[in-house]
Amino acid sequence: MPPIPMANDMTNFPPERLLDLRDLAVTFATAEGPVRAVQGVSYHVNRGEVLGVVGESGSGKSVTVRAIMRLLARNATDTGTIRFAPDGEPLTLSGQPRDSKLMRSLRGNRIGMIFQEPMTALSPVHSIGTQIARTVLLHRGGSKSAARDRAAELLARVQLPNPGEMLDRYPHQLSGGMRQRAMIALALACDPALLIADEPTTALDVTTEAQILDLLRGLQKDLGMAIVFITHNFGVVADIADRVAVMYLGQVVETGSVDDIFYAPGHPYTKALLGSIPRLGAAKRHRLQTIQGMVPDPYHIPKGCPFHTRCDHVRPGLCDVTAPPVFSPRPGQEVRCHLTGGAA
Amino acid sequence: MLRIILTRCLWAIPTLIVVSFISFVIIQLPPGDYVTAYVAELRRGGEYLTDTQVELMRQDFGLRDPILWQYARWITKILLHGDFGQSFHYNAPVSSLIWDRLGLTLLLSTISLVFTWGIAIPIGVYSATRQYSVVDYVVTIFGFVGKGIPEFLLALILMWVGFSWLNMDVGGLMSPEFDTAPWSIAKALNVLEHVWIPIVVLATSGAAGLIRVMRANMLDELGKPYVETAYAQGFSERQVVWNYPVRVALNPFISTVGWALPALFSGDVITAVVLNLPTTGPLLLQALKMQDMYLAGGFILILSTFTVVGTLLSDILLAWSDPRVRLG
Repeated sequence: MPPIPMANDMTNFPPERLLDLRDLAVTFATAEGPVRAVQGVSYHVNRGEVLGVVGESGSGKSVTVRAIMRLLARNATDTGTIRFAPDGEPLTLSGQPRDSKLMRSLRGNRIGMIFQEPMTALSPVHSIGTQIARTVLLHRGGSKSAARDRAAELLARVQLPNPGEMLDRYPHQLSGGMRQRAMIALALACDPALLIADEPTTALDVTTEAQILDLLRGLQKDLGMAIVFITHNFGVVADIADRVAVMYLGQVVETGSVDDIFYAPGHPYTKALLGSIPRLGAAKRHRLQTIQGMVPDPYHIPKGCPFHTRCDHVRPGLCDVTAPPVFSPRPGQEVRCHLTGGAA
Repeated sequence: MLRIILTRCLWAIPTLIVVSFISFVIIQLPPGDYVTAYVAELRRGGEYLTDTQVELMRQDFGLRDPILWQYARWITKILLHGDFGQSFHYNAPVSSLIWDRLGLTLLLSTISLVFTWGIAIPIGVYSATRQYSVVDYVVTIFGFVGKGIPEFLLALILMWVGFSWLNMDVGGLMSPEFDTAPWSIAKALNVLEHVWIPIVVLATSGAAGLIRVMRANMLDELGKPYVETAYAQGFSERQVVWNYPVRVALNPFISTVGWALPALFSGDVITAVVLNLPTTGPLLLQALKMQDMYLAGGFILILSTFTVVGTLLSDILLAWSDPRVRLG
């Protein structure tokens, strides 16, 4: 892949920045050959900011955050730079092994993570209180009863009823929404600077989803933490994010503020995604727009722009040959497309 | 929790009554009785009994009474006096016959059980966390071979190796000259020299099967999201593996741990016969062959009681360890 001009150079790390990814690539070795799940992803998150990461299944959004957590599967290799500055000086996370001391001191402490499946993401044989208290004890030490008090405080914070009683409940006794609240309490156990939320509301019904989003928004405001919010749902992004990164086949095709993405999308993929959202009150005889074709399989990623096989505006000889450069239509918005860049 | 224990205990009572009756009926089922076997044996020795004598003997032993009456007599004696009746063949009380051999049996089975679990669980866990590594393949091969070789064959091979290569006196639990000698260091060493074969035999097949089960259980659990959550809390690999998936993967074991209880009592019959061990297993076999009904009945009753009690223990342990069982 030819070098891609960057908006930020490698050493630039402004003080307001919390997390910075440069050219992250992740490859999985499988029996059928290498799978390049993430290829050259760069994005950043500022302190106290919510970044929404949107993309279809297989776009590499979950793999990217697992690379940040250094919790990739054992058959994965990754390159690129990941820097994280929870307290002052940035720490380089890329290259850290899975079981490294640095990562273990950050996980659950400065980086909290919540997962998609509240049904199975909590240990079935430990009470909610025990699970939270263990994390508190691991990173903060202190007495067991203090850790238990902290757990009760967290459960109250995520608005579970009767937090004192909830401590001794087991996951199977709670509903999906309650489990996700408990999961959030667990992720917040040590006041993280960054919360990674990997499709936290996908498995929930719409009403519960709205409540959990409300809760996350409130907590974000109160605690001042940054959130990387992964979802495939643009509606959710509009609800919670300050900035958005749109991913397709292991690349970030567009980043920008929520308003820019929704009102002035630059990339044909972003436009197509926004066009395929059903809207109440839209003209009745209009069929819902779709994106032609299917996501190509990860063993055969198209040359040039990965989206050219499905793009309505494809320029043969350009889009299917060279990878598009990054173009910035306005400050803070970056689009990776030949057409937006005015190459045509 | 208390309610679970109480209901399970109450259920055990009718189960035991039914089990004791069925075991009594079963030992009566084969055609003939102890007298038939006894007469046949005498005849082989050249002695003859008249039909009247045979009939008198049957009445003497109470074999002509209705079966319910025999059962009632048998069970009341056991319950009220701990008297399991008289063995016809050995002409000695059943309880003392069993008691004589029980100590050694329990010792042998307990040691091999501890070995089995102590080896199988760590190896199974390791094998699962390093799936498809060299160690995993070696363990897998050991598992299949260990499970595939019949125990008696392994016992024979080990005896042959011990006898012709290591010049050891094999078979039994000690050399004959120590049989009646009081306990001394020499005797203890001699027992150790003998006891390794049965322990290796029993632990090998047990561990081989258990490793496979533990590995499979662990592989199921390791892929579950709660394991990733535990990693995301900052725990080290060892803390995660032993505190989370192992806890869940052990539950199927806990639910079968009770079956170890009757196995401890009877030992492994075939291995014991091959190795000429003075444990309870060969005694049970002998009792069944001779239709020595009170001895066999006593055995089966104790075995079944252990099974019921073992299952009860398993249930309680499982409820204690798994909140999904306890709190339903």
